[in-house]
Amino acid sequence: MTKSSLLVQDARTAKRNRAETRFKAYGMAAIAVGLLMLVILLVTIIGRGTGAFQQTFVTLPVTLTEGKLDKKGNRDLADIKKVSTFGYAPLLKDAFEAKVAEAGIETALKSKAMAGLLSKDAAAELRNYVLANVDQIGDTVEFEFLASGRVDGYLKGRVTRESIANDKNINAAQLDLVDALVADGSIAKKFNLAFITGADASDARPEAAGMGVSMIGSLFMMLVVLALALPIGVAASIYLEEFAPKNWITDIIEVNISNLAAVPSIVFGILGLAVFINYMHLPNSAPLVGGLVLTLMTLPTIIISTRASLKSVPPSIRDAALGVGASKMQSVFHHVLPLAAPGILTGTIIGLAQALGETAPLLLIGMVGFIASNAPETLADGLMAPNSAMPAQIYEWAKRADPAFYERAWGGIIILLVFLITMNAIAVLLRRRFERRW
Amino acid sequence: MTSENNVTDTNVKIAARDVQVYYGDNHAIKDVNVDIEDKTVTAFIGPSGCGKSTFLRCINRMNDTIDVCRVTGDIRIDGEDIYDRAVDPVQLRAKVGMVFQKPNPFPKSIYDNVAYGPRIHGLSRNKAELDDIVERALRRGAIWDEVKDRLQAPGTGLSGGQQQRLCIARAVATEPEVLLMDEPCSALDPIATAQVEELIDELRQNYSVVIVTHSMQQAARVSQKTAFFHLGNLVEFGETDKIFTSPEDPRTESYITGRIG
Repeated sequence: MTKSSLLVQDARTAKRNRAETRFKAYGMAAIAVGLLMLVILLVTIIGRGTGAFQQTFVTLPVTLTEGKLDKKGNRDLADIKKVSTFGYAPLLKDAFEAKVAEAGIETALKSKAMAGLLSKDAAAELRNYVLANVDQIGDTVEFEFLASGRVDGYLKGRVTRESIANDKNINAAQLDLVDALVADGSIAKKFNLAFITGADASDARPEAAGMGVSMIGSLFMMLVVLALALPIGVAASIYLEEFAPKNWITDIIEVNISNLAAVPSIVFGILGLAVFINYMHLPNSAPLVGGLVLTLMTLPTIIISTRASLKSVPPSIRDAALGVGASKMQSVFHHVLPLAAPGILTGTIIGLAQALGETAPLLLIGMVGFIASNAPETLADGLMAPNSAMPAQIYEWAKRADPAFYERAWGGIIILLVFLITMNAIAVLLRRRFERRW
Repeated sequence: MTSENNVTDTNVKIAARDVQVYYGDNHAIKDVNVDIEDKTVTAFIGPSGCGKSTFLRCINRMNDTIDVCRVTGDIRIDGEDIYDRAVDPVQLRAKVGMVFQKPNPFPKSIYDNVAYGPRIHGLSRNKAELDDIVERALRRGAIWDEVKDRLQAPGTGLSGGQQQRLCIARAVATEPEVLLMDEPCSALDPIATAQVEELIDELRQNYSVVIVTHSMQQAARVSQKTAFFHLGNLVEFGETDKIFTSPEDPRTESYITGRIG
């Protein structure tokens, strides 16, 4: 038998090394695929969604003609209020005609078609301004009105001269005028804060729709979830983990909690509909009900993560506390809980983030498709008044016909993701900050 | 009150009669009878799994925290049955301190580690008194000189031997009458072990010390009385010198000469 040399790799070792190299390659390939998907996801979302943060505005000086707005000339607010939004339309037409004439643009369009470039929101915006500044009637004031969704789409490249062939809302002559006004500087894209702070708008006014009110809806839901799920979840876990005897009853409870965590969220939605709305008669579409449903959904997540972090506290700490004569409760609250706190916080925040992104249960309690036009004014209002939530709002926009809403759905996803990433970052930071070694 | 157990020696601190311990179906301690004296170090020796730690944990009812554990028989401290229904284990543990195998300081400051027991038992009326208690305990734990300048430093930052002496200081801070030590030196290096052993000898002046150890040399060095456990039975109990020089039971002899274990 020949003596083997350490300098020569034998066949078995070579085979094992090849297997290891192959396995590492598979692992790296898997990670590469994952990263690629993430990049595609982010590029798509950002590419399609950033448009929603910009909006096309039309700069237009409007003469607030006294003869149209305040026929009696006494600046009596009650009388001025009698002029409806409809009564302001002629002002816009005149203003547009004057502007086009002043800029020296030649067009065959009638003034009504010119004013059609403005959002249907413009007259209402003008009226609100006049009602707030009665003393300016008779003056000429420069406004920045939202352009209509089609004009906005034209500037963003979504609407083209080919695509409007069968479009009743806009025609080629109007686009010519838009081109001229863009060259003139009167029509331009600007950052649109109203998308972040504003309310949703009806089908005809995609340009005016915003996330703000549904964000407040989500905020109130999260308050409900935090106020209920954290104390209930933590109390339940502490009892189960530290005090409850280990017998078949606690075993059943344990199994059921794990199962609840895997129940599809829409089941919680229909439960909420049956119990909170049909039986308890809480209002439809209210963030309170949404919060209750999401609490049910989040509780198992919080209980499981809290129990895991309680379990990870070494038993020697409990022994030490009991050994110096601490009661069970003192050992839990003085020693175990502070050590488990970072884990509990992390679990709670991840549970909240999950709840924040949940749409399905909200479908069944009427929070999808509701258009709240105003932000709630009081805490009670915020909880009880019908509202929407961020993911529900995104879903609502995504299913509308006008492609202008589609862009807003992507924009909404960006806002939602920013919230989720922020929450997860806070979870990571808290864990880093409070993690203690022992 | 103790006459029914024929305990006449007034020096007896802990008296155990017919103690049985079951872990579920497993009979871990069988018919243990032992009298542990005050101001004495008593060592429990025996092979792994012989039940010496289990019996030790019966003395301050730490076994109560294990669901499947069942204790019958009679353990009396100063003639009072500690398994009486009127006894609150929390009160008992203030009287019977314990030091564990692995040093387990709380992840708090050195000061708070020692002050925790006195705080929860209300042993001090104000900060100055508490400071005194902490200093006295740390001195008894023979660690005062090493930590007096950094009482606010975390207890977990000390070396293993210092941590164990801190745990001893923590245990004596509540003014116990009995000190139970479950292999207190098994996680320590020889130098730290020597320090702790020296400390145990000093503690004898004030407490009844019961120490479980795997090291027969340690038992011989620190204890006056030794109990040898084997398979859940208390095989032999007597003066340490006698156990190690002329044991009566052949099992004891086999163990101390290294034939079983």
